[in-house]
Amino acid sequence: MICAGIDIGSRSIELVALEDGRVAVSRRVDTTYDPIAQCTRLLNGISYSRLIATGYGRELLTQRFPATAITEIQAYALGARKLYSDCRLILDIGGQDTKAIALSELGDVRKFEMNDRCAAGTGKFLEVMAASFQIPLKDFGSFALRGGKGIAISSMCAVFAETEVTSLIARAKRPEDVALAVHKSVVRRSVSMLKRVSVIGPLLFAGGVALNPCVRNLLAEEVSCEVVVPDAPESVGALGAALYATKTASIKNKRLAL
Amino acid sequence: MEANYEPMWESLGLDLAAHDELLRILGKGYSDVFLSQENRPKGMSYFDFVMSEVHGLRVKELIDGQKEGRKVIGSFCVFVPEEIVRAADATLVGLCTGADFATDEVDELLPRNTCALIKSAFGFKLGKVCPYIETADMLVGENTCDGKKKSYEVLGGLVDNLYVMDLPQTKSPEGRALMRAEYVRFRDAIEELTGITIDAERLRKGIGIANDKRRAIHRLNSFRSADPAPISGLDALLANQVYFYDDPARFSESVNKISDELEQRVQKGEGVFPEGTPRILMSGCPMAVPNWKVPWIVETSGAVIVGEESCVGERGTRNLADDSRNTIDELMESILDRYFQIDCAVFTPNLERQRHIEEMYKRYNADGVIHYGLQFCQPYQFESMNVEANLEKKGIPTLRIDTDYSMEDIGQLKTRIEAFIERIS
Repeated sequence: MICAGIDIGSRSIELVALEDGRVAVSRRVDTTYDPIAQCTRLLNGISYSRLIATGYGRELLTQRFPATAITEIQAYALGARKLYSDCRLILDIGGQDTKAIALSELGDVRKFEMNDRCAAGTGKFLEVMAASFQIPLKDFGSFALRGGKGIAISSMCAVFAETEVTSLIARAKRPEDVALAVHKSVVRRSVSMLKRVSVIGPLLFAGGVALNPCVRNLLAEEVSCEVVVPDAPESVGALGAALYATKTASIKNKRLAL
Repeated sequence: MEANYEPMWESLGLDLAAHDELLRILGKGYSDVFLSQENRPKGMSYFDFVMSEVHGLRVKELIDGQKEGRKVIGSFCVFVPEEIVRAADATLVGLCTGADFATDEVDELLPRNTCALIKSAFGFKLGKVCPYIETADMLVGENTCDGKKKSYEVLGGLVDNLYVMDLPQTKSPEGRALMRAEYVRFRDAIEELTGITIDAERLRKGIGIANDKRRAIHRLNSFRSADPAPISGLDALLANQVYFYDDPARFSESVNKISDELEQRVQKGEGVFPEGTPRILMSGCPMAVPNWKVPWIVETSGAVIVGEESCVGERGTRNLADDSRNTIDELMESILDRYFQIDCAVFTPNLERQRHIEEMYKRYNADGVIHYGLQFCQPYQFESMNVEANLEKKGIPTLRIDTDYSMEDIGQLKTRIEAFIERIS
């Protein structure tokens, strides 16, 4: 029996399909302007018994597919605990939002905070900055790792920070140093949010931005607890949704189908 | 609305085009939020009717009353003593402050960082779309929070019938003395406005009218402890909102009819949501008409609201005034006793509120508390942090949200509320 989870984010959609508790399929596509078409592509060839949707586009999916929705808070909690069973804290920095989730010892969600009204400190911020440096986003982190400390970006807003970057470069500051400052800005904002939620780790760092080696390093420096980054940090939500599908599939089969 | 109220609205100086637009939006909002609910108590049709005539029949009643010498007093706060107004055969109307309107005009007069409730009051006035404000013989402001206090200075420049009541900041003997003096001064002002001398008998009658409404709401609330919930939080909120401006006797009678139905439902185990639906206590800032945003999100996300710890709700209706004493001074003390217990966050300290939230949580068999704070509302924002910490320490799941009246953050609120409901399921 295949149980699938789809995480529809603002920039990318991830699919994880579990069969007998093991990951059978893991796929990722861009959201684009037609997320339903993208989901159809993702699910092509997969005969799932149960489908759970999460992420900001979850309601849309439930309208067009036989799926139920759970919030990304719950999905991330389930996914993170599966990947790291002692996990007590989750930081997810996505394309346009950031979440911090504190878990109890048993893995239940205790407290969470989200920044989803402003792209400051999210993947979008890094994307805009990388473009202003004319460096591919995937290389931006290693570029920044070559930087030295001493510069701080004061603007939180991606638009104003870009202006700040331009002016720093124009004052002949080393681009690598400025790039490091940009990354510090993201981490500073995330750590502030984390501290409001919990300081008890271990911390699982998820979301696309967890692929950035500079953010990973700076985060580990700033928090007092252990930081763990899974292999596929973007798929933690989809994994959690698939786990929820598995958990509830056996319950569902005992009732009449919806 | 069946009758043609345009001449009446025009005579009140309303902007007819803007007013039509307001009624259209209100009607659609009401239909989307309330009429889409399933299995509502049949008695709620009274409130459907009241809302369909919100600017029509009720306003006409008030104007007809004025022709017979009954004055209309508009107010913005539960600290304004209804008993004293009713004692002089006058009507007290709680003014609506639950939607954004005429926002550009409001921004010219008030700072942007003002809470949505205050801005809404000004929006309705500046947009000339509220027949209640225009028909009132007296508008009563009160020095509660800083926002209100300073905004009444501005309102005083827009109307010529504003009376501002001062209120204490502490529940001390000195605070009580101030409140007593202010209630006496208010009584004097009402006597002067109405030409009626308020004696003990009149005051006792006024207490009776206010108490009857409160008793009706208490009875309705008593059935909300049941699972399944026999009435939705939205419908109960609506009753609490209409409490502020409906004819008291008709209101009490209609609410009692609904309570009769709820009693039957509870006996039969009938509810508006399935048994076991996650139960939420709302706590915090009041939700004035037509602010239905957050309860609507909560009750379309798989939970039911079983109580409101707010001024449009139990904080406003909690206690009765004692009408058993004899002299006017004694009855004024009884009224003072009653209002002095209101645990609004403008008071410091405000420790009873924490106890009330926990007591209501138990009484209504809630599963979690959602603390609702309006953006820029400092008193409730400040209290929200301790409320959350203290509740969580006792194992009571709590979600703090702060928002305004805009539709911009519906998605974000829904995610947080759904995640909270998942937590308490």
